[in-house]
Parts: sequence; structure tokens; C-alpha cells
Amino acid sequence: MYVLIAGGGKVGANVARTLLRMGHEVTLIESTADRYERLEPEFEHQVLRGDATEISTLERAGIARPPDLVLAVTGDDEDNLVICQLAQAKYGVDKVIARVNDPRNQPHFDLLGIAPTVCATSSILGLVEHEVPAHGLIPLLELKRDNLEIVEIPVTPGGPADGVDVSQLRLPEGTTVIAVLRGGNAEPATPGLRLTSGDQMLAIVKPGRTDELRKALALT
Amino acid sequence: MKAIIIGCGRVGSAIAGELDRNGWDVTAIDENEDAIDRLGSHWAGGFVRGHGMDLAVLGEAGIQHADAVVVATNGDNTNIVVAQVAKERFKVKCVVVRLLDPARADFYRERGLHVVCPTQHAIAVINDAIRASQEAA
Repeated sequence: MYVLIAGGGKVGANVARTLLRMGHEVTLIESTADRYERLEPEFEHQVLRGDATEISTLERAGIARPPDLVLAVTGDDEDNLVICQLAQAKYGVDKVIARVNDPRNQPHFDLLGIAPTVCATSSILGLVEHEVPAHGLIPLLELKRDNLEIVEIPVTPGGPADGVDVSQLRLPEGTTVIAVLRGGNAEPATPGLRLTSGDQMLAIVKPGRTDELRKALALT
Repeated sequence: MKAIIIGCGRVGSAIAGELDRNGWDVTAIDENEDAIDRLGSHWAGGFVRGHGMDLAVLGEAGIQHADAVVVATNGDNTNIVVAQVAKERFKVKCVVVRLLDPARADFYRERGLHVVCPTQHAIAVINDAIRASQEAA
């Protein structure tokens, strides 16, 4: 597989190193002189100095082949977004992965159809939410390409799900409960399983429908 | 009519001043507070300090009600993102974006953005001037 990586910081350099070790072909693009000089002894001709948002730099790196995968992992979200747009729309690159540095920029990537994205801050926040006993809905995994999201939903005492047979739950269209976590075990959500407060439901939801689901189950 | 000018440098501030004098409701956005000095003492419009990619900043400037948005910060990639956000997310009818790199200017023009590239203009004008002087000789 040929992978083009824009951004030779900790993320880019480590991913490049691992992919090379796995036998893949990699070109790493780094714009700053000092970082490039530190990378060059290790990566030799596989690291290129230049601005990866410049079309001429991308072409020197072989974007026209095109690569099987482009990773835009610089520290600037606007650069990562433009690199992915150029790769997809100008050169027909099939798969791009973008790093989002500031989670407030996530809506821009979503708006312009750049997916998947990886945001360390959002991942950490997700883990924090999972650890903190909350009464809300916890997003576990979002698969934008497949148009689905997996969420964890608590059964709150006296709430609309408490004491109800899982098959009788009234949920928004496109939502399916797949399993119920109870006392450390996961039970498949089959008819006859009665929900009780303290249970956690694992459900598949269409992205953008989580607010409806919160409302249906009277969650905060 | 309401206009938002994102990036209040030489170009942005001059356009903001012109629209302001012509009776537009103008709000300028710049990361640097000092940029307000460029707008002059007769400036009657608004000013929001912040980054053009920040949706909270765009909201504070009133982009929901804007008839025109001009994007002219000193970063081409920021301008590309902000112009697309204004057009696609906020459905602003008139979005004009200044890009310095001719290659990116061509690409985003093809994708439907209204791009102004001063570099392309300068190259064309200089070429014309040289051609004209040779024809005269």
C-alpha cells in the first residue's frame, strides 16, 4: 500500500515508522526545516520537505499516482482539511484520514465531507464521560461511512425503559438495541428481556438521531 | 444590507470602510485587536476579535443574516475553509475569497468559489506591461 503522510510531528513520524516496518511504501511531508533535519537521517528519501497544502509539493510526493491512503496529521486543522479536499477531489484519492486538533473545528470537516477524522481531545472527553457516572447517552463509536453510531444508554430508575420488555421499548426509527449490559455481563437484546434500572443498553443509532433518542428515553 | 469582513488587513479594512461609507451594516473580524485601527475614526460598523474558523465568532458577527462575506485573512487555507463554511453552512449568497496561491485559486474557482487571486492579477498586468512596451519599441 502507498501512503502519503502530511505532517512529520509525533503522530506523522510514528505512523510512518510503523507503516514502513509493516512493509508499506510511505512518503512523509514536513514543512519546517528543523523537523525535516531531524527526520531525514531516519527516513532518508522517504521524507520530503515542503508545504503539503501546495499542489506542487503534493505532486512531488506522488499524489497523482494516487496513493491508497492520505493521512493529514499536521497541527493546523485548516491545512489538514485543504490537503484532504485536494487529495479527494483533485486526485481521486479514495481514502483520507484527517487529524482534528481543535474539536471546535470538527463541524467544518463534517460539513465538507472529510471523514474519518481523529481528535485526541474528543477521544479523551469520551473516555472521561464513560468513567463519570452520568445519566446521559454516551457515544461509543461513530462510523460515518456506514451511517451508523453505537451508543450506550442507561436505564434510569422510573424512566420510560425501567421495567419494560426490551422488545416493547418505544424508540425513534432507525434505533436498535443490540445488547444489555447487566452486572458485568452482556446479554443479547432478545424479546422477553425485562430492563431494570442500572442496566446499560448498547444501541445502533443513525447519526444525528441521538437527540430524538434522548427525548424518547427522557435523558438529560 | 449586511456584510462581514473576515481578516481586517490592508484589503479587508479598505473594503470594510468602503461598504460602511455606502450605508452597509458591516462587521469586521480579526484575530488582532489592533486591526481596528485600520478602520479609521469614521468607522460606524462592528468589530469582533477572534478567528474566522470559530463558529462562535462568526455567530457573534451575525453571519446568519449576512448578505455578503469577504474572506481575506493572511492564511490561504483558513480563507478556503471559512469561505466554504459561509457558503455551505450559512448559505450566504455572496462570498468572495482572496487567495494568494494561483494553484489553489484555480482549484477552488473550479469548485464554485468566487476567488480573487492578486498574484494572478499581478502576473497578468506585468506581462501585459512588458508586451505593450515591446510593441511600442
